[in-house]
Amino acid sequence: MNEIEEAVADAHRREWAFVLAATARVTGDLDLAEECVQDAYLAALDAWTRDGVPGKPGAWLTRTATRKALDLLRRDRVFRAKLPLLVELDVEPDPDMSLTDEPDEIPDDRLRLIFTCCHPALAREAQVALTLRLVCGVATPDISRAFLVSETTMAARLTRAKKKIAAARIPYRVPGAADLPERLDAVLSVIHLLYTTGHTAPSGAGLVRADLVDRAVELARMLLALMPDEPEVRGLLALLLLTDARRAARTDAEGRLVLLEDQDRSLWDRAAIAEGRDLAVAAFRTGRVGRYAVQAAIASLHAVTPTDWPQVVGLYDLLLRIWPSPVVALNRAVAVAMVEGPEKALAEVARLAADDRLAGYHYLPAVRADLLRRLSRFGEAADAYRAAIALADNEAEREFLESRLAEVSG
Amino acid sequence: MPQYAVIIHSPAPADPAALTPDYLALLERYPAQVEELGGKEIAGFALEASTTATSVRGDVVTDGPFAEAKEVVAGFFVLEAPDLDVALAVAKLNPACLDGGVEVRPLFAWAPDGRA
Repeated sequence: MNEIEEAVADAHRREWAFVLAATARVTGDLDLAEECVQDAYLAALDAWTRDGVPGKPGAWLTRTATRKALDLLRRDRVFRAKLPLLVELDVEPDPDMSLTDEPDEIPDDRLRLIFTCCHPALAREAQVALTLRLVCGVATPDISRAFLVSETTMAARLTRAKKKIAAARIPYRVPGAADLPERLDAVLSVIHLLYTTGHTAPSGAGLVRADLVDRAVELARMLLALMPDEPEVRGLLALLLLTDARRAARTDAEGRLVLLEDQDRSLWDRAAIAEGRDLAVAAFRTGRVGRYAVQAAIASLHAVTPTDWPQVVGLYDLLLRIWPSPVVALNRAVAVAMVEGPEKALAEVARLAADDRLAGYHYLPAVRADLLRRLSRFGEAADAYRAAIALADNEAEREFLESRLAEVSG
Repeated sequence: MPQYAVIIHSPAPADPAALTPDYLALLERYPAQVEELGGKEIAGFALEASTTATSVRGDVVTDGPFAEAKEVVAGFFVLEAPDLDVALAVAKLNPACLDGGVEVRPLFAWAPDGRA
């Protein structure tokens, strides 16, 4: 890759969302905006080779994309018959603005784009696909690979979602204060889902699909820059950083899963841990903690030796109050085992086994198996490991469970 | 302005004559709430109980609504709203959401009115 190609790739990574969001406001059509932005990046390669990389690549790309869009719109009136994207303007539109060579400031519409992609009227899988395509600029074939569906399926999913945005008039705007908490939660869920999909790829050999993880962290960073006063945005970024800090230590050289307690701590990313902890502390200081901030606080306790298990249990109690979920209760049981012993935890896990929502969740028998193993009840542990193996679909995890099964069967 | 069909689904047989006084009281307040949220009801219809419906598929005529389900279409209205967010806010306040639900679906071919 030469210097110019690198500059274009860099601008793609950093500026795509900004350029697309600004262009969509001019085109009033996400498809057309996408096309024009794509063209602008192609044009950049020649223009920048010829004239040098502009001082503000994002502004250059936005001007180029919007010019292309206006040309197309003028030339082809057909576009006017399409359902336009519903843009709520917060300022009076200035038709000449996008044509002047040096606009004072191109409005930052990235939040509109993010909230539109994560609108609750769209299915979660559509929200995730749209966010990757429109906010991160990931190409459709790459998205389809990350989610293990065919390219045709992913392309159809994206087309359907964009069509719904236009036809059902999902507005291109940041929700008002009344709807913001719920709508923000959807955005955070999408980013978190992207992260977990990459972190523990649901199937296949690799445990980390690094690209999705990186995209999720970048999205969380972008969101925090755009919404610096939302403690849960801070909490999410903290959680992702703290979890991701252990990435290199999570699997061994052969790709096998390494448990937290056995991880080589010298492989942990200390800078990410420090940043994550600072963010979590800042989120707690606001006094408005949500589930991401609490999970981040728990993750930060896991990053110090020895782990303060009673405090971990306390934070899980807080988390359960904010977010009553059987998965949280199961994680709490693991911490309880460290404080009060496996016997006590086993009783809690037995209670959770009655919860239908955990049916098919492989961590339930896996936790049970581990507790039984620690109590030297090897026969029952082996049965539980077998149940967990049958439900696990990640190869690294299955391999780990099989090695434990061999241990208790031997 | 965009228009939506708001399709009311209620527990079968959705007999309007059997609506409770509480439900009727909520319905009475509804039009004012719709306006307050920025919506406008263009036209609305309540249907007779689903036991009075007759379905025709191909050339077969059967007694009853099209699909046997726990909930049946009880009525619908055409809502004019600036965007889906307003339409959904209007939908959420419909008393049918208490024991059934509503489907919000854009009407096809409203005249494009340029950019909002």
